[in-house]
Amino acid sequence: MTHANLTELPVALKIKKVVDETPIIKTLYFHYALNSRPGQFVMVWLPGVDEKPMSISEDIGDGFAVTICARGDTTKKITELKEGDQLGIRGPYGTSYHFEQNENIVLIAGGYGAAPLYYTALEAAKLNCKIDFIISAHKKENLVFLDKLKKFKGLTLHVATHDGSVGIKGRGTDILKKIVEQKEIHRIMTCGPEMMMKAVCDIGDAKNINTQVSVERYMKCGFGVCGQCVLDPMGIRSCVSGPIMNSKVLKMLDEFGNYQRDENGNKIYFDNPSMK
Amino acid sequence: MADLKVKFCGKEFSNPTVLASGVLGVTAASWKNVVSSGAGGITTKSVWFNEHKGHPNPTIITTPSYMMNAVGLPDAGVEKAKSEINEYLKAKPAPLIVSIVGGRTDEFVKIAEQIAQLDIDIIEVNISCPNVESEFGKPFACVADDAKTVTAKVKAAVKKLNPNISVIVKLSPNTEDIVKIANSCAQAGADGFCLINTLGPGLAINLETRMPILANKVGGISGPAIKPLAVKLVNDVFRAVKLPIIGTGGVTTGEDALEMMMAGAILVGVGSAVYYRGIDCFSKITNEMNEWCDKNGVKSLTEIIGSVKR
Repeated sequence: MTHANLTELPVALKIKKVVDETPIIKTLYFHYALNSRPGQFVMVWLPGVDEKPMSISEDIGDGFAVTICARGDTTKKITELKEGDQLGIRGPYGTSYHFEQNENIVLIAGGYGAAPLYYTALEAAKLNCKIDFIISAHKKENLVFLDKLKKFKGLTLHVATHDGSVGIKGRGTDILKKIVEQKEIHRIMTCGPEMMMKAVCDIGDAKNINTQVSVERYMKCGFGVCGQCVLDPMGIRSCVSGPIMNSKVLKMLDEFGNYQRDENGNKIYFDNPSMK
Repeated sequence: MADLKVKFCGKEFSNPTVLASGVLGVTAASWKNVVSSGAGGITTKSVWFNEHKGHPNPTIITTPSYMMNAVGLPDAGVEKAKSEINEYLKAKPAPLIVSIVGGRTDEFVKIAEQIAQLDIDIIEVNISCPNVESEFGKPFACVADDAKTVTAKVKAAVKKLNPNISVIVKLSPNTEDIVKIANSCAQAGADGFCLINTLGPGLAINLETRMPILANKVGGISGPAIKPLAVKLVNDVFRAVKLPIIGTGGVTTGEDALEMMMAGAILVGVGSAVYYRGIDCFSKITNEMNEWCDKNGVKSLTEIIGSVKR
């Protein structure tokens, strides 16, 4: 952990552009040199309301973007903001996806997990990686970045929806299983609902493929002090040792794919079948 | 290699660094990880009787000189705390100090009665958090009579259930006369003190939005900037009241910890250093203390406690 200037304060940034991805998902663009790596996150502060961790969906050097789904009061208010409105940003925080030159990689996204993986694809393409990108959701309306991914040169796109409204009818993991049988894959990177990512780990581990997961936990400080996002039973902090963690580490964390903790520390189990 | 062991309230600590309450203290797994990182003891996050919601984010900000927080003591309540404590006690790699907090005196007693049923070492009565003032009014630690009443009642309840557990009081720097409060607690049967809680509250403003950065607007100040005040108040209480002290406030290096001990602390609370130096700050601080002792011919850390000349 390095803290070059030992300061964690939000920087107020004007929203440069707002893009509607779906009726409840927007991408906000900022003109600011964030110096992030794919998979890292920022804390997004709506002054007077709250501040939430958000993964970065693009970083082009002098500008970056976050893609936000209106799933709670704060995110709903953030997605109602317009160009020129201000948000506080601090970060980037956490670990990033790792890949190397000329590798065959599979990126598998569930829902708006496609956002950080799109950023990952942009960076991996620069290193001449061969990319299979699997994007899946319950239905067409929940897919983000589909058009951008269709236009992405040199990337092989696979689409799955549970209702069959676009792409194959089924799960993204069905496609992943086929890909890892058909060709040599060096790394799998995933972001999406936890039970989906757990299934991705099982597939990757069975083939002994390096599998990297974006672990989402309730966070407060984002820099390893508050203890809100620690994982059982190792007690490691998902904001510092994560969010991107290797499936081999996750195997030692009974909590992964089992439960998460709420803002007061209560265990909330992933027993909702719709999350699987 | 100096002897780093110290005895506090009859309990042996392998080294004087203890995790301060409020940092990394939510789960048993986290406490164990902190002990693996070199801490000689653990203080839990403050436990409420019922579930208690904290403040929205931002809850913690830092600069090179200070940290300011208004986390607002979120907690799932005493039942969840007991299950985490039991999980920790299975292995118990280091002594456990359980911090308790309540809105009223009877609430402190109710929590203490639950916690005292477990095989823990010390109960720290948090009567000094400045971040729940809007909810509960002026902390008990700022009013001598209130501090005395809550200390007496908690001590009586704990003594009845488990006389092996010591009761210490977390003192606030935000009072005119900390020695007066400490004396009141001592008369009420306190076994020791932990000081200081965060200073303030303070206010930090974002210039562009002209908004307070913390969602609670104000927050308690900790970190390197408050260390000289903490050292001074530890020394004040040490000279006035003959009870063991956990000295806490801005300790980030071995030298800081030694200074706190020379002022009169037996144990040294470490919190913000987790940010400034990483989670292994405990072993770093301990190693630095050890090096200093070797260079200066100090054979045991106990030699330096309260050794400041006046």
